[in-house]
Amino acid sequence: MSDFASMDSIVVRLAGDSGDGVQLMGSQFIASTALSGKDFATFPDYPAEIRAPVGTTYGVSAYQMNIGADPITTAGDTPDVLVAFNPAALKVSLPLVEDGALLIINSDSFTARNLAKAGYAQDPRETGELDSYQFVPVDIGHLNLEAVKPFGLSKSDGGRCKNFWALGLLMWMFDRDLTPIEDWIRRKFAKNEVVEDANMAALHAGHAFGETAELAEAIPRFNVSKAQHAAGVYRGITGAEALSLGLAAAGELADRPVLFCSYPITPASPLLHRLSRLGELGVGTFQAEDEIAAICAAIGASYAGVIGVTSSSGPGIALKTEAMGLAVNAELPLVIVNAQRGGPSTGLPTKTEQSDLYQAIYGRNADTPIPVIAAKSAGDCFFAAIEAVRIALRHMTPVVLLSDGYLSNAAEPWLIPDIGALEPIECNAPPAPDESREAEGMAFERNSETLGRPWIAPGMPGLMHRLGGIEKDISSGHISYDPENHQRMTNMRAAKVESVAKFIPDQKIEVGPDEGELLVVAWGSTYGPTYQAVQEIRRSRRDVSYVHLRHLMPFPSNLGEMLGRFNQLLVPEMNMGQLSTVLRDKLGVDPTPLCKVTGQPFLISELVEKIRSMLPPVMVVADESAGKGKAQ
Amino acid sequence: MSAVLTAKDFATSQDVRWCPGCGDYAILKAVTKTLADVGARPESTAFISGIGCASRFPYYVETYGFHTIHGRAPAVATGIKLANPEIDVWVVTGDGDSLSIGGNHLMHALRRNVGLKILLCNNEIYGLTKGQYSPTSRTGTRSPSSPQGSIGMPVSPGLFALGSGARFFARAIDTDKAGLGDVLKEAYAFDGAALTEIFQNCIVYNEDVFADFTDRKTAADTQLRLKHGEPMLFGADNEKGIRFNPDNFSLEVIDAKVAADQVLRHDVANKVVANMLVELKSPVALGVIYKNAADSFEKSWYAARKNGLKRSSKVADVLRSTNTWVVS
Repeated sequence: MSDFASMDSIVVRLAGDSGDGVQLMGSQFIASTALSGKDFATFPDYPAEIRAPVGTTYGVSAYQMNIGADPITTAGDTPDVLVAFNPAALKVSLPLVEDGALLIINSDSFTARNLAKAGYAQDPRETGELDSYQFVPVDIGHLNLEAVKPFGLSKSDGGRCKNFWALGLLMWMFDRDLTPIEDWIRRKFAKNEVVEDANMAALHAGHAFGETAELAEAIPRFNVSKAQHAAGVYRGITGAEALSLGLAAAGELADRPVLFCSYPITPASPLLHRLSRLGELGVGTFQAEDEIAAICAAIGASYAGVIGVTSSSGPGIALKTEAMGLAVNAELPLVIVNAQRGGPSTGLPTKTEQSDLYQAIYGRNADTPIPVIAAKSAGDCFFAAIEAVRIALRHMTPVVLLSDGYLSNAAEPWLIPDIGALEPIECNAPPAPDESREAEGMAFERNSETLGRPWIAPGMPGLMHRLGGIEKDISSGHISYDPENHQRMTNMRAAKVESVAKFIPDQKIEVGPDEGELLVVAWGSTYGPTYQAVQEIRRSRRDVSYVHLRHLMPFPSNLGEMLGRFNQLLVPEMNMGQLSTVLRDKLGVDPTPLCKVTGQPFLISELVEKIRSMLPPVMVVADESAGKGKAQ
Repeated sequence: MSAVLTAKDFATSQDVRWCPGCGDYAILKAVTKTLADVGARPESTAFISGIGCASRFPYYVETYGFHTIHGRAPAVATGIKLANPEIDVWVVTGDGDSLSIGGNHLMHALRRNVGLKILLCNNEIYGLTKGQYSPTSRTGTRSPSSPQGSIGMPVSPGLFALGSGARFFARAIDTDKAGLGDVLKEAYAFDGAALTEIFQNCIVYNEDVFADFTDRKTAADTQLRLKHGEPMLFGADNEKGIRFNPDNFSLEVIDAKVAADQVLRHDVANKVVANMLVELKSPVALGVIYKNAADSFEKSWYAARKNGLKRSSKVADVLRSTNTWVVS
C-alpha cells in the first residue's frame, strides 16, 4: 500500500462527457468529504447542452473541488489531481493543470475516433506532452464492465456505472469510508435492484483496484488535514439550497406563508425544484407560463397577504421589469431573485457573471428605485434571502436579491444556524377598520420611518380599497394626475428606498486596517477568491484592506466615508465595471475596476497579481513565520 | 356583517369616467346587481384588471380591487387565488388586453381552470389608445393604424377559449340586463375559470359594430338564446330552429314548425356543438354555450398539499434532515 502524502489542501477536477456522470461523482465525493470534517468549495462547470455530441470538447462537463484545512473559499485555481474520462476532457482541462499534477486518465477511451473528435492529431500519451505530470492511465471503461458483468446489463447500461468505479478509486486515494455512498446508492436505486447492485459493485471494484492492482504504487494517496471549524453542527449546502431554505426561514420568522412563482431558466431553476419540496415549511410553488406571469402571480400573492417571491436570470428579469414597477407603485412586498449568468441575450446560460447589477439598480422605466442586495457564498444565500424578505416586508417594497450561476451550484460545508437566535421579521400590520374614514386613505398611511404602508389583503373586513399602477394621491390613495402630487410620490418612493440604510448595519471591513493605501471593494460571489487573495497579500506583510458589500442599493450610510480613508480602491467584478460605476455615481469615488467576463470565477492568482501591481514597490523582508506568501 | 346588500352598496365614491353612452356602464350595473343578488361579501371579493377602458372597472366597485398592468390580470389573479382560494376573484379585461398582449395568460388561466370569473368586454377596438384595430376587429376595419383597412383574420374569443381548454364559456350583450345577469350568476357559481364574452359597444371608436344582432327590433331573428336542455329555437314565434347537418358537419337553420324533431337541444357539456355554436354567424349564440365542471386549479393545488400553506415542520429541523456532522 502506498504512503499517504499529507496536504493542507488539494484541488481535484473531474472531467468527462456530459453523460459520464461527473457531476454526480463530484457531489458524492463532496458529501463524503463533508462527513470527514474537511472544509471544501466546489465549482460544477458544465455545458449548456444537455447531451452534447459524445467525445467533443464542447460536451465536456467538469466538477472541480478544493478540499482542506485552511479556510477554503474557492474551488481552487489549479487542480492537483485531474481525472479525465476521455481525450476531450483531457484536452479542455490540461491548460488549467500545472506541472507535477496527478493525471488519472481513462485509457480505454483514447481511441483513434475519440482522439480525432477531441482534436488531437496524435495520442497525447505518446507525444511526451504529459511527461511533466504524474500520469496514471487506468482502463476504467474495461475494468468497470468486468465488475458489472454478473448483473447482465447491456454494454451501454453497464458502462454508465463507470463514474462509480472511478469514485471508488478516488475514495481509496483519499482513504474515505464508503458507507455514506453505499447508503446513497441504496436509497437512490431502491426501485431498480440490478442498477443498485451494479453501481455498488463498480464502486467496490474501483476501491479494490486501488488496494490491489499492481499499478497501485503509482497512484498516490492523500491525507488532507481536517478543517479548524468553529464548534457546531454542520451540513453541506449549495447556494440554491441555502437560498430556498432562507426563504422558508423568512416565512417562519415573519409567520407568513411564502408563494414562490417562477418560470424555468438556467441557472435559477434549482430554486424552483428545491422550494417545490418545502411544502411542510409553508412554502408553495407555482410554475407560471412565462416570466411575466411568474412575477405577476407573486405580486398577486403579496397582494393577498402571502410573501410573494419570483426568480429568474438576467433575460427573464428583463421581462419582469414592468411588473417590478407595478409592485413599486402599489407599495407591495416582493422578492425578485436573479441568479445571474453570462449575457447579453441567451449568452452563456450555464456560466457565471455579475453583469446584471446595472439592471438591478437602474433597469426600469421611470424613477423606480428598488433595494438591491447580494449573496457572497453558498451558505450566505440563506441569510441574504432572510434579509431580502425583511426589507420587503418592513418597507413594503420589491427587493432584488442577486445570486449567480456559480453560487447556485457551488457547495460548501455550512454551520447550521440557530433559527431561534434570528430576529423575527415584522410586518406592517393592517389598521383597525374605521367607518368614519375611507379605506383608501388608511391603506396608504405610511410608517414615518420606513415609509411602508399597512399590509392589507382581500378578506379583511372594512378595509376594502382600490390599488393600481396609476399614480395615486399621496394621502387619499385615489387616482391623481396632480403634478405636485406626482413629484411628492416620486420623492416618497426614493426616500423609502434610501430609508433602508437607516436599518442596516454599518459597513464593516472584512480584512485589514480601516484606512490605508488600498481597499478592495467586492460584492457577490467574488468573495471567495478576493478573500483569499487579500489574505495572501497580507501574509506577505503588505497592507491591503477588503470590504465586501451585501447592500448595493442603498449603500450602508458609512460606506462613502470609509472608502475615503484609502488612497486607492480596487473593484474586481465579473462584468465590465458596473459596481465601479455605481460607486462613482453614488459616492463620487474613482475606483480602479478589475473586470473578467469569461464565464469563469476569478482565480486567486489573478487578484493577487492585480493587488500587487497597485501597491507601491516597497522592499519587505520576507518573514517565513508570517505565512506562505512572499513580498515583492 | 350579514346585512343584505344592494347594488348600490357595491358602488364606490369615485366618479365613473367612461365616455357617456359606453357599454361599460351597463356592464358595471349588471355586475353590481349580480353581486347583490348572489349575496357576495365585499371584503371577500376582488376585482382584478389589466389596462384598457374596461380595466378601470375595479375603481368603481366597493370591494377589493387591483388595476394591474396590460394583459397580466389573469396572472395576478392566479397568485391571489393560490394565496387565498376563499376570495371571489373577478378579472375584467378587454379584447386587446386579453387576446393580444395578454393572450398567453388568458390561455393558461383557462387551461388550468383557475377559479376566476373573467369578463371579456369585447368592443373589437382599442378604445383607450384612441381607436386602433384590435385582435377581434373584423378584417378590413379602418382605423388610425389601418387606414386601408385591417388585414388578417380576427381571433374568435369562443374558439380561443374552447381551444385553450376552457370549461365555461358564455356570451352576453352589454345592455341586455336580464341575459347578462343570468350569465353572470352562472359564472359566479362556476368553480373554475368562467369566461364571459360581453359584446360591448364602443360609442366613440366602433359604434354599432354589433348592431346586426344587438338591435332590439331584429333581435328575435338574429339571436339564439341558449338554455341547457331546451331546444335551440329562435324567431319572433320560435319558428326557427338549429339542426346538425351530418352531411357537412355544421349547424344550420331549419323551419322548426316543419321539423321540430330535428332541432338540437342545448347540452352545455357538449364541446363539439359548443365549437360550432361559437362560430354561428346568424343567429349569434348567446348565454352559457359551454359548461363542464372539473376541479379548479387551486382545489387541485391545495389537494396536493397536506396542510395547505400552513407550516407543519420547523426550519431548524429541515436544515438537519440531511447528512450532518459535529465539530466540537
